Amino acid sequence: MSEKEFDYYLKGEKGEYEVVIGLEVHAQVLSDAKLFSSSATKFGSEPNSQVSLVDAAMPGMLPVINKFCVEQAVKTGLGLNAKINTFSKFDRKNYFYADLPQGYQISQFKHPIVGEGKVILDMPYGTKEVGIERLHLEQDAGKSIHDQDPKNSFVDLNRSGIALMEIVSKPDLRSPGEVGEYIKKLRSIMRYLNTCDGNMEQGSLRADVNVSVRKKGSKEFGTRCEIKNVNSIKFMQQAIDYEARRQIELIEEGNEVDQETRLFDTKKQETRSMRSKEDAHDYRYFPDPDLLPLRLEDSYIEDLKKGLPELPDHKKQRLISEFKLSNYEASVIISDQAVSTYYEEVAKNSDYKLASTWLMGELFATLNKEGKDITESPVSAVNLAKMINLIKDGTISGKIAKTVFEEMIKNDVDPSKIVEDKGLKQTSDPKEIENIVDKVLETNQDKVEQYKSGKDKLFGFFVGQVMKEMKGKGNPQMINDILKNKLK
Amino acid sequence: MTITKDTVKKISKLSRIASNEKFEENMIKDLNAILKFVDQLNEVKIENIEPLASTVEQELIKRDDEVKKMNEKKDILINSPEENDDFYVVPKVIE
Repeated sequence: MSEKEFDYYLKGEKGEYEVVIGLEVHAQVLSDAKLFSSSATKFGSEPNSQVSLVDAAMPGMLPVINKFCVEQAVKTGLGLNAKINTFSKFDRKNYFYADLPQGYQISQFKHPIVGEGKVILDMPYGTKEVGIERLHLEQDAGKSIHDQDPKNSFVDLNRSGIALMEIVSKPDLRSPGEVGEYIKKLRSIMRYLNTCDGNMEQGSLRADVNVSVRKKGSKEFGTRCEIKNVNSIKFMQQAIDYEARRQIELIEEGNEVDQETRLFDTKKQETRSMRSKEDAHDYRYFPDPDLLPLRLEDSYIEDLKKGLPELPDHKKQRLISEFKLSNYEASVIISDQAVSTYYEEVAKNSDYKLASTWLMGELFATLNKEGKDITESPVSAVNLAKMINLIKDGTISGKIAKTVFEEMIKNDVDPSKIVEDKGLKQTSDPKEIENIVDKVLETNQDKVEQYKSGKDKLFGFFVGQVMKEMKGKGNPQMINDILKNKLK
Repeated sequence: MTITKDTVKKISKLSRIASNEKFEENMIKDLNAILKFVDQLNEVKIENIEPLASTVEQELIKRDDEVKKMNEKKDILINSPEENDDFYVVPKVIE
């Protein structure tokens, strides 16, 4: 890891400023049914086709909690190294909006299911610990569509009542870069745990971003603004940068920053005040009388803990020690669980170093080009491992391997079959190579003279000619050795 | 705590209940009387007593993660203020 230092300070007229950021991440729980009803949660279904009388808040309907959603929240909490609360409660958060049929959201205010935890980020200037304040369960709202009609808004309640985990960080983040890494880390942990798919384009992961600024070196927090519902890492970073500069300008002009809710306009690249949210923080929380407290047994938490998969931080350390990967290679490989599984399968059955080179080189390039992810890889881990073994035992050269790999992309078969069918087997017969070397030297006597009189660079020319004669199938090491010998 | 005219106005706004002068006067009177009644509870000594989350001595009932509800769109959308095959249609709400 390089010795780079943290350097995200914004310059104003009157000095440098530090940016303080805290995030409230909303992560949709992966479950079949909703948090308090048995409606489906599938994304992209026909509008209002996954709405029960409970989700539409018809009078007399009662919420019944989905126990799997509770399990998912506890697992996520364990993944965040957090305290799991054996006693938690549900409260009503009251506000009016067209996509909130109940007129309140069932959430957890005073007693969340998960308490304090922490997440470790790998930054260019070292590791950074970000505190988790809490994680609580709540209902998602429906979706309003405003661009279909000049006078009306359309409401789709399919999302209404899907379980959300709100993960609140401490104000520990200090730059857009750290925010990006934090989101990626949370997403990676939840994907390993299979508790949230982390799909930001579909809104399964979004965040409210709290931003304030203070003079570099100051210990006190400035007044913060909350930027609502930002749904991509890039937008979060742009919004933070804009908002921090806006606040610095206000302060330097002698004005005060108002604590308010703002929205990020992605087209204009600016944040602006949401006037309608003036009273928004007056949610008049009170315990939901329809729900009893949620009590968890210690043994239940212990059992879930035992069943947790290996998480990214641990896996990274293991890959570094087991396969001698660099910190960078390990970070890339573990960031996606499916990639790490693929890598381990290739590495264990071939050569760990070549496995990482081929995975991060040719395979990533191919996946990128074809717009696929690793689970849709045209080349299976088994066959990639076999191909690497063919390089290792000298059957093919690294160069020929690229040709074989091209073929495997088209047709995922045993690479030795491709080598056989296409006659790509490397020639390692010293006699045969020697004959060709002799032939090449014979036809290029003038160059041999030049070489012998000191033009060393011509060596590469001879290698190239021999390879050309052998249609690229000569063992490069042997060609080198034999040529060196002959040209002495 | 005393309920003033401002409190009533604020609560009316938050709960989307239309108010007028007479309504507000009545509310101030009623709500203050209710608060005074409830204030009697302050006489009870509650140190060392944990707040009670519920008076029901029962475990929270839980359901399995199973989808049981099928498409009930027709029944649901009957309640929309305006007719539409796919959506609830409401007066425009936008920032």
